Amino acid sequence: MRAFEGTLSPIVIEPSRGRWRLDLGAAWPYRELLYFLVWRDVKVRYKQAALGVGWVVLTPVLTVLVFSMVFGVLARLPSDGHPYVAFAFAGFLPWSYFSQALARGAMCLVGSSQLLTKVYFPRILIPVAAVTMPAVDLLFSSIAMGGLLVWYGIVPGWGLALLPVFTLYAGITALALALWLSPVNVRFRDVGHTIPFLIQCWMYLSPVVYPLSLVPDRWQIVYGLNPMVAVVEGFRWGLLGASSPRVSLFLPGAAVVLVLLVTGTVFFKRMERSLADVV
Amino acid sequence: MSDLAIRVENLSKSYRVGRTRVRHDTLRDLVTDRVRSLGRRADRDRAERVFWALRDVSFDVRQGEVVGLVGRNGAGKSTILKILSRITEPTSGRAEIHGRVGSLLEVGTGFDPELTGRENIYLSGAILGMRKGEIDRKFQEIVEFAEIGRFIDTPVKRYSSGMYVRLAFAVAGHLEPEILLVDEVLAVGDAGFQRKCLGRIGEVSRENRTVVFVSHNMSAVARLCQSAIWIDGGQIQEIGRAADVVMHYLAAGQTDAGEVRFDASSGRPPGSEYISLAAARLRDDSGCVTTTFDTTSGVTLEMEYRILRRASSLRLGFALVAHDGTVILASRDADGGVGDGARGPGTYVTRCTISARFLSPGQYALTLGCDTPRIETHFLLERALVFHVEDVSSADGPTANEASGLVRVSLPWASDRMGH
Repeated sequence: MRAFEGTLSPIVIEPSRGRWRLDLGAAWPYRELLYFLVWRDVKVRYKQAALGVGWVVLTPVLTVLVFSMVFGVLARLPSDGHPYVAFAFAGFLPWSYFSQALARGAMCLVGSSQLLTKVYFPRILIPVAAVTMPAVDLLFSSIAMGGLLVWYGIVPGWGLALLPVFTLYAGITALALALWLSPVNVRFRDVGHTIPFLIQCWMYLSPVVYPLSLVPDRWQIVYGLNPMVAVVEGFRWGLLGASSPRVSLFLPGAAVVLVLLVTGTVFFKRMERSLADVV
Repeated sequence: MSDLAIRVENLSKSYRVGRTRVRHDTLRDLVTDRVRSLGRRADRDRAERVFWALRDVSFDVRQGEVVGLVGRNGAGKSTILKILSRITEPTSGRAEIHGRVGSLLEVGTGFDPELTGRENIYLSGAILGMRKGEIDRKFQEIVEFAEIGRFIDTPVKRYSSGMYVRLAFAVAGHLEPEILLVDEVLAVGDAGFQRKCLGRIGEVSRENRTVVFVSHNMSAVARLCQSAIWIDGGQIQEIGRAADVVMHYLAAGQTDAGEVRFDASSGRPPGSEYISLAAARLRDDSGCVTTTFDTTSGVTLEMEYRILRRASSLRLGFALVAHDGTVILASRDADGGVGDGARGPGTYVTRCTISARFLSPGQYALTLGCDTPRIETHFLLERALVFHVEDVSSADGPTANEASGLVRVSLPWASDRMGH
């Protein structure tokens, strides 16, 4: 018999009101299920559309073209000496991952009501799977980025190797917020309405269409509270060989993520037990 | 180590039920509600009632035991399963489970209509708690059990409902938990497949695994379970040998009056914007409302209802259900040509008589329904009326036994002498 639930120690079921038991270890034996949940989302996503993977490449390309027209050509925003298209794409790549992860993460529990009321597994897997899935999209849209680099003859720096780390950081940021937003969304569907707006504002608060250098020095600490600043800058550094980012700028953002992640996990665990009754 | 599989101690579960609306579906509702109730805090508290879905339920299940949970709809059976499978938390009390739990609370948990049969076997299997290696090993067996053959790579949204259910049960039936919690999955599929599923549960129990199963199929409970728990109104009514509990539970149906009325005071009556059912009752040949009939009396069903809007091709009907859930017959008023279906607004009574000397002694139930064919079901009341047929005054005396069958039909017999 496999050690799914310990056969020796009994499962105890009792009201957990007022108890602070995080019990995250309980999720570990279910790691295969996490894989299957992501796998399902990927399959379903690419199956429904006629163009399949094509959309994943096409959408960011078209978006960046529009950005280049509006911000690069018309508004003449600086791009730190890089071709504006490559500059914007390098920033938009992690941003589109983050925005999808956040949107899916915030909506994930409402979308899984069927599972919540019929079967048990550690609920935290649902937001984790939701923020993981768009990473597959990121992989595909990176192909377009590769094409751009070749086209412009840009040689990436050694920071390229650190891109998975920056992606992970963006994923954790999305997860931290999803842990807060998804249970709230179960009770108040308002969250669903505000997410697209939040994401749009957030993009303009991140250096996606403009360079960090445009932000005045005295505002940079406040600006750095946004964890996505580090992610976008990290991607530009890795892909375009831009100047390496200043670590000091990233610390406020990392602190924000840490606080959100810890409080979010506690909040999620507290809400978890009443989910099946209200969803 | 003891041989206990499940120990439940004083388990209770309550839900808050509000006056009109406690669920605030948007933040605005919550805010306006809070503001409005600022001045009358006490009033608000009084309005919020507590509904106990379960109250002080305690029982033990030994390892390898097959236990049936019986009771009416809403008695709390499913709540017990949900708590034991950790989907919802109890309000108070405690339960202890020794062993790996698998729960089947619905058919097709985790199925995604877009994915193929093959993909869904893996997905559903993983969600129900199987490892990939385990699914790999049982894959062929599952496909064979489900009898879906070459459709394995077709998206399940294109399956017939029968195929869908078979595949879903096949995955679930191949779980190998030490403790299996099953809710009414047997209510689906054709008779042949139901038998197969029951057989599978029997097999599981022979492998010395523990099964707790909720069912309305009393003959299955009596046959498969060693013991049964009868729940009523969230409390345990009886625990004991399955055959005894089932008998007592069915006998309790006898105490129901031969009439159900739906007053405006008792909540929304069954119906739709076209029809509203006011009452349903059973009368014997002398016109008395009763639940006990002699074999020599007909059983007359009377449905009293209001037509609210002119409705065409409306059908009223019933299904006659035997004690084990077998549907003996179904009949609709449109069958006999009584209703052409078109009825203008007003109050109506529709009657139908089940002939005398048709039913064998035993317990029966009537499921009542009304629909507009292929468009809308106006109401469907499962086992709304329960009655007994007894053999007292018929010529052949009290000879009731199971071998006589559910119905008695006078068939033409003939004997011819063929020679010496």
